Amino acid sequence: MDFLSFFIICVKVLLVFAGTLLAVLIMVYAERRVSAFMQGRLGPNRVGPQGLLQPIADGIKFLMKEDIIPDGVNKPIYLLAPVIMLIPALMTFAVIPFGSTITLFDRDIILQVADVNIGILYILALTSIGVYGIVLAGWASNSKYTLIGGLRSSAQLISYELALGLSVVSIILMSGSLRLNDIVADQQGHLLSWYVFKQPLAFLIFLIATYAETNRLPFDLAEAEQELVGGYHTEYSSMKFAMFFMSEYANMITAAALTVTLFFGGWDVPLLDEKSLGIWGAMLSVASFILKMGFFLFLFIWIRWTFPRFRYDQLMKLGWKVLLPLSLINIFITGGYLTLAALK
Amino acid sequence: MSLSFLFYLTATIAVASAIFVVLNRNAVYSAILLVLCFFALAVLYLLLEAYFLAVLEVFIYAGAIMVLFLFAIMLLNLGHEDALPKFMYLQRALSVLMVALFFFGIILIMLHEPGVLHQPGDTFSAGGIHVLGEALFSKYLLPFEVASLLLLVALIGTVYLAKRKI
Repeated sequence: MDFLSFFIICVKVLLVFAGTLLAVLIMVYAERRVSAFMQGRLGPNRVGPQGLLQPIADGIKFLMKEDIIPDGVNKPIYLLAPVIMLIPALMTFAVIPFGSTITLFDRDIILQVADVNIGILYILALTSIGVYGIVLAGWASNSKYTLIGGLRSSAQLISYELALGLSVVSIILMSGSLRLNDIVADQQGHLLSWYVFKQPLAFLIFLIATYAETNRLPFDLAEAEQELVGGYHTEYSSMKFAMFFMSEYANMITAAALTVTLFFGGWDVPLLDEKSLGIWGAMLSVASFILKMGFFLFLFIWIRWTFPRFRYDQLMKLGWKVLLPLSLINIFITGGYLTLAALK
Repeated sequence: MSLSFLFYLTATIAVASAIFVVLNRNAVYSAILLVLCFFALAVLYLLLEAYFLAVLEVFIYAGAIMVLFLFAIMLLNLGHEDALPKFMYLQRALSVLMVALFFFGIILIMLHEPGVLHQPGDTFSAGGIHVLGEALFSKYLLPFEVASLLLLVALIGTVYLAKRKI
């Protein structure tokens, strides 16, 4: 590996890392403004123009607050838990292709940090690690509310991971590859080649399961504030709380990006051959990716402020008795169709 | 050079964490150390260029099974260090016997057929999951089906034990 390619990789890593953190800041702001709009309020609008500097003020406040470690906590695990949750949340974006290829300095640069041939499994594996942060935080805090939050969350994540993984399996069957670049390349061309039109059921299951996996309403049983004070992070303060907060938003951003990549053609601009347009095509593809991702991030907020929370038994029933059988049936139908198509 | 250094580093982490899983008396610490051990094994698979196996190791063992273990430990609240009896002579004797047998077996294989342990792993790594899938459904079909049957039996047994009234 020569110096230039090493430099390019460093730039890409920095770009994705900074982009994710910036998106977290924007999401925190957008959540408060959109929720205020939906409830007929104004929301934060004092810090900077239209309150745009509010997330920065929040961040400074988190840093300045006293860092309290309550008595009776299991200190090593209590300190470890936010880190365990944040690191996978920031790592997952590495395999998502956020644009087509750019030609710079006589070489093709893929707009993706790591082109792994098992990209989709990498994401699923890392998101399943994040749950340790929640569970361990709940246990180490040595409080009943956090423990119940942690237990709920681990049961919920395990249940919905199955439906999530199985809905992705039908996409893998269609594309014949676990590499996210191949999945995106398979959806190029006209609009109907997007997987959302070929696999509408898988898309619905995937969307519902991502809401459960990211602990968002209507599935935020782990931090139901009316029952559990703050759920698993009740005992956390200052920057450690902010780390949980950031990783939840980072998870949402990855989930939105994954939805776009798997079902909405990734960076694909419909009816346009991005590669023939050179650098402008690449810019356009990145813009299209960000636009689609922005829509799904908005959907997260939209649903949070429109739907009530599920009861716990309803949540389990939906996961095991509705989503899991449906995704199995979907795999069956997809497999049958593909076999018949191969026979012809 | 650097690869063999990585191998020895991760192998040391794997063995050390595995030993501490057994020696630790706090069940939650043991579970976390076991997760660390799985991660070290995953890195070892990566060094062997078996990317699929590495991800599955993290996905299934660390991501699903150990979460359930932790769930059970927390539900039983085994946090106290005196939750387990101090000496379990029969279990200890049996486990020492099993480990000794296993160790002896490996030593025997290494002495008599040194080639077996040094085969390159190209069958699974080069073609990735396609080769693995074909091998599972042709050469290793019987063990594959037997394993799935075993899992089914375990599942039915669990339901029977948990809900006797059904």
